[in-house]
Amino acid sequence: MELTGAQIVVQSLKDEGVDTVFGYPGGAALHIYDAFYAQKEVRHILVRHEQGATHAADGYARATGKPGVVLVTSGPGVTNTITGIATAYMDSIPMVILTAQVPTSLIGDDAFQEVDTFGITRPCVKHNYLVRDVKDLATTIKKAFFIANSGRPGPVVVDIPKDVTANKTEYLYPKTVQIRSYAPVKKGHSKQISRAAKLLLLAKRPVIYSGGGIILSGASGELTALVDLLGYPCTNTLMGLGGLASDHPQFLGMLGMHGTYEANMAMYECDVMLAVGARFDDRVTGDLKKFSPHARIIHIDIDPASIGKNVRVEIPIVGDASVVLEQLVSAIRGSADQPDAESLGKWWEQIKQWQSRDSLGFEMSTEVIKPQFVVQKLHEITGGDAFVTSDVGQHQMWAAQYYGFSNPRRWINSGGLGTMGFGLPAAIGVQLAHPEATVACVTGEASIMMCIQELSTCKQYDLPLKIVNLNNRYMGMVRQWQEFFYDRRYSHSYMDSLPDFVELAASFGHVGVKIEDPADVEDALREAIATTDKLVFLDFITDQTENVYPMIAAGAGHNQMVLKPSADGSKPPERELA
Amino acid sequence: MRRILSLLVENEPGALSRVAGLFSARGYNIESLTVAPTEDESLSRMTIVTRGSDEVIEQITKQLNKLIDVVRLLDLTEGRHIERELLLLKVRAQGADREEIKRLVDIFRGRIIDVDEETYTIELTGPGDKLNAFIAALPSAEVYEVVRSGVSGIARGDRALRL
Repeated sequence: MELTGAQIVVQSLKDEGVDTVFGYPGGAALHIYDAFYAQKEVRHILVRHEQGATHAADGYARATGKPGVVLVTSGPGVTNTITGIATAYMDSIPMVILTAQVPTSLIGDDAFQEVDTFGITRPCVKHNYLVRDVKDLATTIKKAFFIANSGRPGPVVVDIPKDVTANKTEYLYPKTVQIRSYAPVKKGHSKQISRAAKLLLLAKRPVIYSGGGIILSGASGELTALVDLLGYPCTNTLMGLGGLASDHPQFLGMLGMHGTYEANMAMYECDVMLAVGARFDDRVTGDLKKFSPHARIIHIDIDPASIGKNVRVEIPIVGDASVVLEQLVSAIRGSADQPDAESLGKWWEQIKQWQSRDSLGFEMSTEVIKPQFVVQKLHEITGGDAFVTSDVGQHQMWAAQYYGFSNPRRWINSGGLGTMGFGLPAAIGVQLAHPEATVACVTGEASIMMCIQELSTCKQYDLPLKIVNLNNRYMGMVRQWQEFFYDRRYSHSYMDSLPDFVELAASFGHVGVKIEDPADVEDALREAIATTDKLVFLDFITDQTENVYPMIAAGAGHNQMVLKPSADGSKPPERELA
Repeated sequence: MRRILSLLVENEPGALSRVAGLFSARGYNIESLTVAPTEDESLSRMTIVTRGSDEVIEQITKQLNKLIDVVRLLDLTEGRHIERELLLLKVRAQGADREEIKRLVDIFRGRIIDVDEETYTIELTGPGDKLNAFIAALPSAEVYEVVRSGVSGIARGDRALRL
């Protein structure tokens, strides 16, 4: 059957099994939008700003494991997506972004709403295409989905000029595609697996350090099996939270800049480290010269370029986390050796001592709401199984530290790029994917303002999100760094002239509640969670002076943590090294 | 360490910008880069000369291999290989210099490919240090123009970069 390019776009999405597209129309995209008008299978969600479309698609992808799909027009439609594309790229999130382009005859002429989409997106995509011939359109879309959702996932852009969407050709959506230069490895090399099993069983002070790759690969069952089998302690990165249930007795909490004392000390003192689906990011390692000085490292990753990039690795294993972990579990089961019970006992004693410092303890107050308390209560009320999105800053760290995730794909935040404005639109994507689930956006008053317009989208599609705004009238993390490293010169980190969030929510057709008394926190949260038909915006007025602890200053080592001042009398870090 | 990386890349618009962009975005250095189509019209061959520690070179090759458009990659400097560069050079050649320069060109086994009353245009191929030596031997004030192609390379023996 002959179809126009626009019809091919829509039909390809159907054949790919896409149920939801996040987009915003414009001139060059009008043929495609016209093709959307005539059908009902693919739901189009109209956002209020293209950045919102990318974050919503990203949230949808993180919550489901299916690629998020975005459709925007040329020029400003594309430039507005860049932050969202870069966010997805840094966190390896599968997305396909369909961008309209000016007609091929006008490309390069500085035409109205023309931008070099191929060039401007190239550094922040896994791959991108400009389709110049309608005959290539269906195959290119197929390739885009294949690349986005295989190997190390990532965003793929398909740029489609307007004339291509008008031209007709015979439609055939390929069932599979072969790309001769692209064949991601899934299975780990068997020799490396047995070396890794042997080294793991030799360990006296082992640690398992796992990241977002566990979530992306769906390897949380395999990870838990390995952790149970060995009895070794395990820490998760910010991106890996939920990979091992937070109430697992061997879970040490998050590691890194705001990780727990026990997780970071275990990383520093370990003799064998198994890193899986993690990339030794600077927020995790601190000063590389002081990083895990005694460790022999096994690194499992699907991306060979992630192995040996920052840290020297003794046993590299390229492959998909779930497959490799399964191989590793059976290699260990089949081995005659056992974990060294005596050393392991001593190691756990040491870890328990570290845990006794209670590095996440905080002082409650009856006067002012403590942000950590709000997150703890949210965990309690939702049983640790809500979908929690966040923006970036102090509230993000508190959500990561205190929510305690029981399952993967529940914690949805911008870890790599650190994008303020991510939380609300991401929650839209999550709620659309899971209409019955509780979706909470833990945010701050500065972050939420960056994509606040999406409250309108929430109204249009009746999305009953729970917005937990930890409002301290500061860009809290900026203020914290200024307190520690800039002698309390709070340069431009105070949020002046904030809106009345209760009235703001109401004007968008939602329910807004302001909470100032710690005694009201629990009831407000319970009532909001019980409200399943409306978006509730909870504006918690929180302690302005609260800081995120523990903290490793940029450039310090894992053994140079600063705990909260009241716990051990230690002072905040004195200098910023990086 | 100086390395010569040979790549087969998809002969697609944008493949060059992906490679060049990778080097600039990650702060790797490019000493020279040459690219041209091959006997298989779907492929281009790229030769990149770069410098870096072993760790950096390992990252460069891994990052290049990660690009979807990169089909094959070979580090020529890991084995015996031949490298050549083409030099085109215009030099003032008058009076006594005319004979002297011609002699130099012969010594370096180059060719004078264009002549007028004032100048010679010279063609010379070889490894980079040979070209450097030739340029250094010329009276420098007399050199009008130097055009170098960047390095092309190929492995010795039966080692080959092909599909």
